[in-house]
Amino acid sequence: MAERRTSAKKAARTAPKAPARLAVRKTYKLYLGGAFPRSESGRSYPVTSADGDHLANASLASRKDARDAVTAARKAFGGWSGRTAYNRGQVLYRVAEVMEGRRSQFTDQLAAAQGLERSEADTVVSAAIDRWVYYAGWTDKFAQVIGGSNPVAGPYYNHSSPEPTGVVAVFAPQDAPLLGLTSVLAPVVATGNTAVVVTSEEAPLPAVDLAEVLATSDVPGGVVNLLTGRAGEIGPHLAPHGDVDALDLAGAGEHATAFEEAAAETLTRVLRPGNEAGGGERAWLDPDPGTSRMSPFLETKTVWHPIGV
Amino acid sequence: MAEIFEYAPAPESRSVVSLRENYGLFVDGGFVPADSGETLTSLNPADESTLATVAVAGPADVDRAVTAARHAQENVWGPMSGVERGKYLFRIARILQERSRELAVLESMDNGKPIKETRDVDVPLVAAHFFYYAGWADKLHHAGLGTDPRPLGVAAQVIPWNFPLLMLAWKIAPALATGNTVVLKPAETTPLTALVFAEICQEADLPPGVVNIVTGAGGTGRALVEHPGVDKVAFTGSTAVGRGIARAMAGTDKRLTLELGGKGANIVYDDAALDQAVEGIVSGIFFNQGHVCCAGSRLLVQESIADELLPRLKERMARIRVGDPLDKNTDLGAINSADQLRRIREATDGGEAEGAERWSPDCELPSQGYWFAPTLLTGVGQSHRVAREEIFGPVLSVLTFRTPEEAVAKANNTPYGLSAGVWTEKGSRMLWTAERLRAGVIWSNTFNKFDPSSPFGGYKESGYGREGGRHGLEAYLG
Repeated sequence: MAERRTSAKKAARTAPKAPARLAVRKTYKLYLGGAFPRSESGRSYPVTSADGDHLANASLASRKDARDAVTAARKAFGGWSGRTAYNRGQVLYRVAEVMEGRRSQFTDQLAAAQGLERSEADTVVSAAIDRWVYYAGWTDKFAQVIGGSNPVAGPYYNHSSPEPTGVVAVFAPQDAPLLGLTSVLAPVVATGNTAVVVTSEEAPLPAVDLAEVLATSDVPGGVVNLLTGRAGEIGPHLAPHGDVDALDLAGAGEHATAFEEAAAETLTRVLRPGNEAGGGERAWLDPDPGTSRMSPFLETKTVWHPIGV
Repeated sequence: MAEIFEYAPAPESRSVVSLRENYGLFVDGGFVPADSGETLTSLNPADESTLATVAVAGPADVDRAVTAARHAQENVWGPMSGVERGKYLFRIARILQERSRELAVLESMDNGKPIKETRDVDVPLVAAHFFYYAGWADKLHHAGLGTDPRPLGVAAQVIPWNFPLLMLAWKIAPALATGNTVVLKPAETTPLTALVFAEICQEADLPPGVVNIVTGAGGTGRALVEHPGVDKVAFTGSTAVGRGIARAMAGTDKRLTLELGGKGANIVYDDAALDQAVEGIVSGIFFNQGHVCCAGSRLLVQESIADELLPRLKERMARIRVGDPLDKNTDLGAINSADQLRRIREATDGGEAEGAERWSPDCELPSQGYWFAPTLLTGVGQSHRVAREEIFGPVLSVLTFRTPEEAVAKANNTPYGLSAGVWTEKGSRMLWTAERLRAGVIWSNTFNKFDPSSPFGGYKESGYGREGGRHGLEAYLG
């Protein structure tokens, strides 16, 4: 980690000297359909720490990548929404398990990206892991909390149940790259939706680390797709996309209004930015957000059937 | 077709209705003339006679109504206890029941729908809706929407002409129960029962400004939903207008619910009880002249029974009585307006031009008024416009399928997602199908049933949000 932070300037001033062992750097790529491709555009952009030191080059996702991500998410939707709620809960809990094993990686990454003290970074990582546990537990409960039987005035069985909206394009919080991202992503997939996430532009690396967790946690490929890059560049292609059913504009910032306007064309559901925006990871620490981030991505289906002999 | 017994006309008396010649806007508890000075005329679509002239609200009138609603919300209705608010709604429900015959007759006159339906469906549901939401007013913290749910403020509500008073009830009852005040715009061709409802609000001593009714056409609706003083917009109508409203709401803090168009699939499996299915197909598409957003306008019949089902359906369609909406024998009334009749004709002619085979029973249509015979289009392909676009009239497009998977794929092959029907005697197949249909309301072995406790609303381009039931409160609470 220390080596990555070494700036080019400093290196020039010291005498040429090779370390005893050269650290292996990670190439940060997109997460699409369960695989880790580079952007089809071949572009990347430099990611720096809070102090301005170069951390890595992240893939700069293009509109073609965004469309590929929607295709992958749509393809995964039938299978994921068709899983039992119990199974989705198991998979989400597995995400927490795998993440717990990589605590120090996330803590290091967050400390670098956000310039947080280690103890504070640790608090954020703990909350992010616990958020997956929280939503793992919700998968087989929200239908009972939100749905139910309706006492209609006639001889009919009548029942309402929530169903996932479909493919959700998530603009993750810009200033909360791990807990903020987890807080907006986990409820989308807990409810059976599939996601195309545009990560924080400035701090995309925790998202790619999270993708590696997802890829090894039995989350089927395509359920979560992560695009590192610019919301302002990719968003105009996601918001009006006919195969995107809902938008979470948490991190859309100045583009939120334009994206909402574009979404109107296909009556795409829109969750507007909330009051967490601008508050950093701390704004997402509430351990019990309830159903507030699930119900915007659920449809209510009501089934009637006559009762008689 | 030879009749054993001829029907004698059995018209409902119009004497229960006393209309004024002119109606102003209902603002701040009283009827007032519009600043705009413009008026529109509401016709009886069954004979094209003039029923009344109503004011057209311009931007200044809308502003006045929104101001009155704001004042009432902040000073009277918002601070009032839930118990008291609920009692006003119970009182309104009772008056609706007491004046039900008057409202049913007037609705039939203004809309063209059969008295059988306004009397037995629309108006009873209107009263039931107020009764249902009245009881919620003091129980909102039990609704699972937070421990201290708050009203949003002023609700702008725009409703269509197909169920004028019922759509008013769906909009106003939950808004008022949750402590919001409303400015409602009825459709330009069917404003009259909303104006009688305004009189009912007066009769109930509802505080001035809690309910405001502004009549007019699209311009009035636009001025209302785009007014910066409204906190909530609820719209029922066409998908095209809904898109425009959704666009206009972008970047504002206004909350929005939309109940838009549909192209409902009615799936009949080979094991269905055919006589019941035929009844369900008929009520699915011919109820309310097919002016129903959740109509079962695409019949998907399993190929193996198509030859048996279609003759039975035609035989049943030949028994549909088309004519005077006030006649108690009438099944199919008048098309609501000349414009709508033109649209239905164009769509149906278009279907024929695209290769569908058109059939209607012999039925004599009145010479005056707007009429369209019940119509069947067979040989329809999925790409035909009559299989994709909402006709909003008594026109049924028939498609076939072979496997359950194909039925579901065809049913979901639409940008809409409001309703669907499933006809089968096998429970597991019904549930399997219902689970896979992407639509907000699934009627299995029944169709076009409504209840205030049952949430209603669409998937996809049929809109968002739910009306009715506990779910219907969410749209009006923050």
